[in-house]
Amino acid sequence: MDTDLELLARLRDGDEEAFVTLVTRYQHPMLRLARSYVPSRAVAEEAVQDTWMGVVKGIERFEGRSTFKTWLFRILVNRARTAGSREQRHAPLEPQRAVDPIRFDANGQWADPVDRWAEDSENHLEAAAWGPVLRSGLEDLPARQRQVVVLRDVEGLSSDEVCAVLEISAGNQRILLHRGRTRLREILEAQIAKA
Amino acid sequence: MLSLRRRDIVCQEAVELVTDYLEGTLSRRSRRRFEAHLRACPNCSAYLEQIRMTIDLSGTIEPEDLSPEARAELTELYRRWRSE
Repeated sequence: MDTDLELLARLRDGDEEAFVTLVTRYQHPMLRLARSYVPSRAVAEEAVQDTWMGVVKGIERFEGRSTFKTWLFRILVNRARTAGSREQRHAPLEPQRAVDPIRFDANGQWADPVDRWAEDSENHLEAAAWGPVLRSGLEDLPARQRQVVVLRDVEGLSSDEVCAVLEISAGNQRILLHRGRTRLREILEAQIAKA
Repeated sequence: MLSLRRRDIVCQEAVELVTDYLEGTLSRRSRRRFEAHLRACPNCSAYLEQIRMTIDLSGTIEPEDLSPEARAELTELYRRWRSE
């Protein structure tokens, strides 16, 4: 698979196929991210399209000081914020428990043994089958948690890169990551209990 | 009933430290306490593995394929942007 930088070099030379490959690689993550800033799918699509236009026309401005991915997502977040009908209110983060308190006894210890499904190799082998569950789980996360989890865990950005893209503090990044991951864990657990 | 030393953490506290632990942002002392708790607590160890698996699985989400229409539209746009 071509790296982003290889594709970018070809894109500089006007290679249409390189453009299509990049779009295929990032279109859905971008839509997912944009959707968390704007009220409708149509507006999100516009913000994404705008971003690609910015990339094509501004490719000479990419200096390679950040990864292409970080640069791309930063442009997108800027466009999506502008497109959002109202500025996202950054309400203080309300306390939220990682695990339903009902699962603990009065001493704060697990009331029942924790199922060891993560160590069960069968579940690992079927990683591909989890795609749809996780995708719909991500859609259900509150917008700010989704932004962080998508960038960190799905797209593999570092915590510093996520802070730069979303313009949030390291502390808030961690809180949002914690909540998003614990919520996704609950969704997996519920799915496994059903199976 | 188990008697707890004052400074020991309980499971309900441990699960809230998991992300800070994985991010490497716990103080040395908190990390030691957290790890001591894990050694003694199979339930929280299982929980930590569940979180790790959640993170791993998130990393395996493949981008969905673009529809041919979306692809054609973007190619069209690309040509226009290039010629502007």
